[in-house]
Amino acid sequence: MGLLSDPNRRRALTNLLTRLNAPICVVCYLAGVMWFMGLAFEPFTLRTYMSENAMGSTMVEEHFPAGERALATGREFAAHKKKVGGMPVNWLVKTMESRGLEVFTQSFTRKLPFPDENKERYLVRGTNVYGILRAPRASRTEALVLTAPCSQGNANNQAVGLLLGLAQYFRSQVYWAKDIIFLVNEHDLIGMQAWLEGYHHTNTTGGDWSPLHGRGGSIQASLSLELSSDVITSLDLVLEGLNGQLPNLDLANLFHAFCQKIGVLCTIQGKLQRNDWESTSGYSHSAQTMMLMVLKQASGRPWGDHGLFLRYHIEAATIRGINSFRQYKTDTTTIGRLLEGMYRKLNNLLERLHQSYFFYLMPSLTRFVSIGYYMPAFGLLAVILLLRALDLWVQLGASAPGTEDGLAEREQSPSSPGVLSILTPVVISHMTGVALYCLPVMSQEMAVQHFPVSETEAVVLTAIAIYTAGLALPHNTHRLLQGEGTEHGWRVLKLVALLYLAVLLGCTALINFSLGFILALSLVPIAAFITPHTHKPLSAAIMVLLSPGCTLLYCVLIFQELQETPVSLQDGWMLFLSVISQGILDHSLYGSLVYPLLALLIYPCWLLLWNILFWK
Amino acid sequence: MALAGLREKPMDRLCLLLGEGRWPIDIIEELVIKPLHSGDIYASFQFRTQWDTDFLLGSKVSHYRLFPKSLGQVISKFSVRELHISFTQGYWRTMQWGQPFLPSPPGAELWVWFQDTVTDEWPLEVITVMFVSYSCSVDLAWKELTNVLSGIFCASLNFIDSTNTVQPSASFKPLGVGNVTDQRFLRYAVLPREIVCTENLTPWKKLLPCGSKAGLAVLMKSEKLFHSSFHSQALHIRPVCKDWQCKSTSWELRQTLNVVFDLHTSGQGKREWSLFKMFSRTLTEACPLASSSKVYVDITDNPQGELFELSPATPLVSQAVVLGDGRTYSVYDLTDHATFGQTHSLNVLLRWRAAEREMLRPLLHGERYVAGYGLQTGEIHTLVYNNHPYRAFPVLLLDTVPWYLRLYIHTLTVTSKGRDNKPSYIHYQPSKDRLQPHLLEMLIQLPPNSVTEVTVQFERALLKWTEYTPDPNHGFYVGSSVISALVPSVVAMDTNNTQERPLFSSFFPCKEESTYFMRIYTEPLLVNLPTPDFSMPYNVICLTCTVVAVGYGSLYNLLTRTFQVEEPSQGLAKRLANIIRRLRGVPLLT
Repeated sequence: MGLLSDPNRRRALTNLLTRLNAPICVVCYLAGVMWFMGLAFEPFTLRTYMSENAMGSTMVEEHFPAGERALATGREFAAHKKKVGGMPVNWLVKTMESRGLEVFTQSFTRKLPFPDENKERYLVRGTNVYGILRAPRASRTEALVLTAPCSQGNANNQAVGLLLGLAQYFRSQVYWAKDIIFLVNEHDLIGMQAWLEGYHHTNTTGGDWSPLHGRGGSIQASLSLELSSDVITSLDLVLEGLNGQLPNLDLANLFHAFCQKIGVLCTIQGKLQRNDWESTSGYSHSAQTMMLMVLKQASGRPWGDHGLFLRYHIEAATIRGINSFRQYKTDTTTIGRLLEGMYRKLNNLLERLHQSYFFYLMPSLTRFVSIGYYMPAFGLLAVILLLRALDLWVQLGASAPGTEDGLAEREQSPSSPGVLSILTPVVISHMTGVALYCLPVMSQEMAVQHFPVSETEAVVLTAIAIYTAGLALPHNTHRLLQGEGTEHGWRVLKLVALLYLAVLLGCTALINFSLGFILALSLVPIAAFITPHTHKPLSAAIMVLLSPGCTLLYCVLIFQELQETPVSLQDGWMLFLSVISQGILDHSLYGSLVYPLLALLIYPCWLLLWNILFWK
Repeated sequence: MALAGLREKPMDRLCLLLGEGRWPIDIIEELVIKPLHSGDIYASFQFRTQWDTDFLLGSKVSHYRLFPKSLGQVISKFSVRELHISFTQGYWRTMQWGQPFLPSPPGAELWVWFQDTVTDEWPLEVITVMFVSYSCSVDLAWKELTNVLSGIFCASLNFIDSTNTVQPSASFKPLGVGNVTDQRFLRYAVLPREIVCTENLTPWKKLLPCGSKAGLAVLMKSEKLFHSSFHSQALHIRPVCKDWQCKSTSWELRQTLNVVFDLHTSGQGKREWSLFKMFSRTLTEACPLASSSKVYVDITDNPQGELFELSPATPLVSQAVVLGDGRTYSVYDLTDHATFGQTHSLNVLLRWRAAEREMLRPLLHGERYVAGYGLQTGEIHTLVYNNHPYRAFPVLLLDTVPWYLRLYIHTLTVTSKGRDNKPSYIHYQPSKDRLQPHLLEMLIQLPPNSVTEVTVQFERALLKWTEYTPDPNHGFYVGSSVISALVPSVVAMDTNNTQERPLFSSFFPCKEESTYFMRIYTEPLLVNLPTPDFSMPYNVICLTCTVVAVGYGSLYNLLTRTFQVEEPSQGLAKRLANIIRRLRGVPLLT
């Protein structure tokens, strides 16, 4: 700061910053990307460790014996499911009651804004069934939840069977201090949303559900079980929840500790742990795992039924059984023992999980990158925006005394461009954003009437149409108001756009680092170097290629590539369309914020930059 | 100490054993066993010691006989009129178990009515304070009383202070004789976090006339009593009528213990119960000091023995009206030697024949939960169910909420059947930060067959960092709401006080034939408050202070100073030359 209070040195510093602005920006960008890629390098990451004392030092034993019986229950469930053609509510109620639980049901109805073609549903009606195991001598203040979705087809029958088996076994144990809620939810996330909103008596997304009659107090933790085969080769842990929220890292540690103890292969993002970090392939393996996590987190959607719990500050994760062609198989009894162990440890908790990290990335199950390590990568990108803004500020300040010479005399009157000339493009961009946010869902009926498309296609195509139409907007409206656009004008506009983008990205990265980082990666370069004086067609092409929409397309393609299911461009495009419709649905069904963020804030900001490119 | 007193007076003991009526103390012990439809079993012990003396009005009493001296002294020292204390571990599941004989909230509950007179045992300075106001003297007595009881029962009752004590205006009326109903003499407090265990049971057992040596009390093995779904022990002291004419009063000490054993964990899933299976003991004798000692088994639903089988069979059957319903009981009289049979021990065995399992629909039933998410605001919902098909009845709802949940009382709504239900009486006492809790009492009319929902929003306060409890992320407890009601009864209630009745049916006084008094408690709440990260306060404080100091200081500098370009400083040679020039008196170099 002493540096700044000396005018000479201040001038020297600003001179240095303005003179070397472009190189510094390039270096920062490269350093940011390098830093990010370095996060996956094992020596730079920390080993995971159990922070919660109540779970770390206590020993529990697992005795769950009844895996075969659980599978038989699962088959019975499957038969009843087939017979009823949906959730066998009566059978479930009877079965849970016979296991000594207090059983309750909740019915819900949800009309989607437009048909979901992936899951083929529009008007959803369903029933959740849950049974509460009352802990002896506990006063209904705390609860743990175990859920298994009742999916369509043959999926997940084993999970429900195991849930019922565990319920029976848990019921005869004496050590429970918290109530345990066993929930079978229909229509996966919609049912889960209805149950959670019913439990907490909130209504954030306008669903229609019947009130709950049995509760167990404040829920401390929850696990969601997905199991579709009698034997499995590995268990996959899914952490990413709504809006990129993650459960406390101790939950992942707990899962990993029990997998180690019981000897079950465990994965994260479907990728096994590797020990050869020195080799290139070892590094690229952990980089891929981390990239997958970043992409999933950035999508802002819940990647398992656990994802909606996080909003209520309930630590939750999904455990997914995977049956691949590997030789070594794990049976249901072992999975039951694993869950028993985890629940007994969670039962020991005195406080809710809070000791470990809430913000982290995982390049493997035993390694994590905490917020302190990954934030600099974003910081390096964000500082570019500030440097450019500083540069512009200095230039603007310098041009004001520049009026002394005759040439600039003419410019003096409009040199402080009125608020209007800045406000007009800002307002127009945001109006386009609002249109992009509202119109696709509102105008679907009209689109279906006039074009031979389905509702879902209509919504997606309208969105793309509005997005593209935004590029062709009359961007030089300020000329009507103020005549010729000035050098000064675009500089002020760009300054505003830069600061706006910096604030936007900064806030996004604080809440959802992955989303913020990916957006910064594509938007910062164009924001930094766009001027009206560059080569127009080339710059325009680059801008379009780096626009939020195209970034989404790349993310879809990269995600498929990382999942080892590469798709052709044609399929990729179809996938892209379905991702857009899913994003809109996630927003209206569960309150995911990515779609409104992109439509209402990021896209208008990008339009401002587009406006600068075509400044006249 | 009662027994120690006896040893000094062998003659008195002899009189008692011979059953002569000259002894002014009457002792009754009872055990009620109620098989529940869920397969669980409910055992309720009641011990009553009635003492025909009035040591508050009369001269100083130094000999307490069989009345526990520790309690007798407490009553006389603190001018207690009525004292009710309960320790409960677990929540009574009304939907599965029906109504308990004596309700109690999870944790510890204490309510005391004080006398409206001041005793002269107070030290002088206390008396001078007392003259200032009654309320103040009652506060002092209350504070000391809680500390003394805390010692007697080995419980954390000393945590009762002004922040969790209230004076309900209508919900807790005196249960004994007397006409003082001025709420200034009432204090009520609940500690929902109190954990009840053997260390509370042992002092409670010591107050029994026979200790745990003889009579029903031999069944109280703590490893069995705490291997259950519900455990509640209570103690009630009140003045009652000496006889049916009610010309003089006597003191009644009632000790109750309620346990529910679980079918799946204690019963190993077999629908078969016996005294031995429940308590790992059988009965061999009655307490020799007791005038009556009986075991009741509820056989109302089982007149022909089609539901369960009871052995050994007993010819004695008793009828009683309990909680608005006529019940039939098989009675085992322990004072009769024939009861024990040839084995000299009684092991009541209950074997279920039919497996029946259904949720009950109790007439009155309450539920409470916190709605909303996030750490700023929330909403407390209290649901009160009236399952009576055609009768409406009023209930009194008492809510005590700690000050750190700031109730927005303007958001209070009461709805029944989708319509606004205006309470006919509201008593609200706002909280004072760190001094007194919110008290909300309402009289609500429940329409027949309805759910009444009471909601009120609150804001979570930010505590000072020393005010957090040791495990702040566990959350903070809000005590149970109390719902008191006169519920329409199925059969005519017994309003005749003169008749001898079993203890469990005669606790709450009954004034009308068509209704009976009932009190139920809702669940306590666990609410998370915004909690700082206590793991590294030092680092955080240091870092924050440094950042603020450095950042603010220099920014302030930059903003307030005007900067000017300083003349470049002179070189060393020039300065030396100037010094010499000054000495010589010639003009200086510039």
